[in-house]
Amino acid sequence: MANLAAVVGIGQTKYTTKRGDVSIAGLVREAAQNALDDAGLNWNDIDAVILGKAPDMFEGVIMPEIYLTDALGCNGKPMLRVHTAGSVGGSTAIVAASHIQSGTFRRVLTVAFEKQSESNAMWALSSPQPFSTHLNAGAGGYFAPIIREYIRRSNAPRDVGIKVAVKDRLHGARNPLAHLQRPDITMKEVEESFMLWDPIRFLESCPSSDGACAMVIACEELAEQGPKAPAWIRGVAMRSEPTMYAGREEVSPQAGKDCAADVYKQAGISDPRKDLDCAEVYVPFSWYEPMWLENLGFAPEGEGWKLTMDGATSLDEGGDIPWNPSGGVLSSNPIGASGMIRFAEAARQVRGDAGDHQVEGARLALGHAYGGGAQFFAMWVVGAEKA
Amino acid sequence: MKQIAIVAFHQSRAVADAGACNEVEMIMPVLSEVYQQVGINNAQDVDFVCSGSCDYLQGAAFAFVAGVDALGAVPPIKESHVEMDAAWAVYESILKIRMGHADSALIYGFGKSSPGELPIVLSQQLDPYYLAPQWVDTISLAALQARLMLEQGKLTERDMAEVVSRSRRNALNNPNAQLAGDISAEDVLADEMYLSPLRKADCCPVSDGASAMIICTVEKAQQWGVPFALITGIDHRIETHNLGMRDLTDSVSTRLAAEGAGVADGSVDVAELYAPFSHQEIILARALGLDEGTSVNPSGGVLAGNLMMASGLSRIGEVFQRIVSGEAQRGVAHATSGPCLQHNLVTVVEKA
Repeated sequence: MANLAAVVGIGQTKYTTKRGDVSIAGLVREAAQNALDDAGLNWNDIDAVILGKAPDMFEGVIMPEIYLTDALGCNGKPMLRVHTAGSVGGSTAIVAASHIQSGTFRRVLTVAFEKQSESNAMWALSSPQPFSTHLNAGAGGYFAPIIREYIRRSNAPRDVGIKVAVKDRLHGARNPLAHLQRPDITMKEVEESFMLWDPIRFLESCPSSDGACAMVIACEELAEQGPKAPAWIRGVAMRSEPTMYAGREEVSPQAGKDCAADVYKQAGISDPRKDLDCAEVYVPFSWYEPMWLENLGFAPEGEGWKLTMDGATSLDEGGDIPWNPSGGVLSSNPIGASGMIRFAEAARQVRGDAGDHQVEGARLALGHAYGGGAQFFAMWVVGAEKA
Repeated sequence: MKQIAIVAFHQSRAVADAGACNEVEMIMPVLSEVYQQVGINNAQDVDFVCSGSCDYLQGAAFAFVAGVDALGAVPPIKESHVEMDAAWAVYESILKIRMGHADSALIYGFGKSSPGELPIVLSQQLDPYYLAPQWVDTISLAALQARLMLEQGKLTERDMAEVVSRSRRNALNNPNAQLAGDISAEDVLADEMYLSPLRKADCCPVSDGASAMIICTVEKAQQWGVPFALITGIDHRIETHNLGMRDLTDSVSTRLAAEGAGVADGSVDVAELYAPFSHQEIILARALGLDEGTSVNPSGGVLAGNLMMASGLSRIGEVFQRIVSGEAQRGVAHATSGPCLQHNLVTVVEKA
C-alpha cells in the first residue's frame, strides 16, 4: 500500500512565444521558486528534484538536468530526469510522487519545461533515420488521419473541433498565465483560419510556447502542516503500447483505456463524468477533446462530440464536467511541461486555488497527458480529501 | 522498507561498431536472456518496465520509443523511461516496488555510440550558453581533471597505468569485454600521449551494446525459484555543473551517495565502478572508502568496454553475478553521469 502524498505547492511561469529575458536555467528557476513560495518553503526544505522535458533535441541540451543542477538548488541531492515523449510532464509528476509514496523521501520538487523559442520542434521530430521510413509530418500531420477516421466513425458534425477551439480559448482568457489571450475569439474566425492538416485548422492547433511548471509534493505529515490546502494524490497510472502493430486501435488506444481504468479504480471512481468535478486533459488538436471524452469513459463510444456540442465541458456554458478550465494545451504548449501543467491545474482546482477559472466546489479532478503516436499515457486523480 | 532482490542480468558483448544492427536488435537478445533466467516469456510477465537511453546517441528524438517495440507491449504495459544511464531506471523501479505498485520490474539500457563522435556529442551536455558553443569534449575535461590530480600529487602516471593494466588483465576473463590483454603498467606508460596527461588506454573505448536486469520483491524471487541477491542500499547525488566550483580531485557526490547507501556498514568484497578514465577509478575508490580488501572492477570495468546508458546498470549486474556465484558476499556498484563524475549513484548488493 502506497504512502499518502499531496501537492503542497504549485508554481508556473507565464506562457508565451518567447521568453527572451531568461535562460533555460532562469525559466525553470522561476517556476520552482513560485512553487516553493506557494508552499511557504525554501530550497533547503527539498529532499530531491525530479525533472522532465520532451526530447533533448528541442533545445539541443543533452541531459539538461546536469546543467540545471544549480538553478534547481539540487547540489548534493538526488536528481532524476524522466523522458516519456509528450506524456513526460505527467510521468514526471508520477515519478516524483513515487519518491514520497514509497516512503523514501518526505518532500520533493518536480519541474518540467520547454523553451520552444530556443528550439525547432518540427526539425527535432523529423530527423531521418537509417532504418526507418522518413515521416516529415510533425505531430499534426501524424494525428490528422486518425481524427478523420474518428469523424467517419462517429458521424460527428464538422464544427465540433471549432467549438473546442473556441471553448478552450475562452477558458484560457480567464487564466492570466495562458499563452493565448483571446476573449474575443469566434466560431467564424476559427472556421476561416487556414487549414494546416485537414481537418485541423490553424486555430484548432496548440501554440508553440516557452514555459515551466513546478510542484512540491510532500508526505502526509508535512502536507497537513502547509499554509494552503493540499491536493491529495488519489491515484496514479501510466501505460504504454507500441507505435504500430497489427490491429492497433489508433482512434481510441487501448493504453488510454487501461490507464484510465487503473487510475479510476485507485480513486474509487465508477462514473468519471459524475464522480469527477473537472478534468485537465491533453488536447493539442481540438478534435482530441471528443476523442478523449470517449477513450476516458466520459461518454459512450461515438458520442463524445455530443458532450462538447451540449456545452458539458464548458465553464462559460455552465457545463457539468468542465474540461481544461485553464485553457488547456490549445492555449499554452511548452511541450515538455504541458503534461505537468494538466496535473498541476487539476491540483489547483481541488485546492480551490484556480482564480477566475475555478470550477465551483471542485473536490476531485483528473490530470491527463499523452505522447508519442498516442501510445504513452500518464494520469492522476487528485482530491480535496485524503480518501 | 521492502527488500529488493536482483534475479536476472545479462549484457551483450561490447563491440566497437554494431554495424547495421539497430537498437531493437541490440535490445532483444539481452531481454530474451533475462526472461530465460527467471523463466518468463516477455514484458507482460513483469509488473513494470523502465529503460535508460539517450536520443543524441541515436541522432533522433524518442530513441526509447523504438525500444518499446522490443518488449511485446500488447496488451499495453506499465512503462517509463529515464534519459539517463539505466542504473537510474533501477532507482525508479525500486520506488515503484516500494510503493506497492509493482512486485517485479524489467530494466534495460542501450546505446549505439559508434555512428557519432561521442566525446564531441557529449560536449552538448555542457551549459548551452557559455560552454557548449566551445564544443569542449569529454576527454579534454577528463584530462583537465587528471592534470589537477597529478599537480596536487594525488596520483602518478604510474598509478593510472596500473589501473589500465589491471582492467585489461581482468577483462581476459570477461567474454563481453571489448579490450582485454596481458599488458603491464610499463606497456601502458610506453604508449604515446593522447590528450596529455591521458594516454589512449586511460580512456574508455566507444562501444555499442545493451544490458538488462530483472528486480523484484523477495517473495516474487522465491516464487520464481531462482538464485537472487539483495539491494540493501541505493542512493544518488549530483553536484554543481560549474567545474570551477568543484574540487575535481574528489567526488563529494559519491561520498554522499555512499553514506546514503550504507557502503561503510560492512566489508566490501567487490566493487564495480563506472570510471570512464583511469584516474577517475582512483577518485571513486577513495570517495567510497575502499581498501585493499576490495576487488575493484574484476570485469575490467568500462575501460574494457563502455556501453553508454547501460554501463551503470551493468556495474550492478556484475556485482549481482559475483554474489550469486558465491565469489563475493557483499559488493558495491557505482554509476556516473555528466562531465568529470558530476552525478553518481551507489548501490550496495548483498548475499540473500
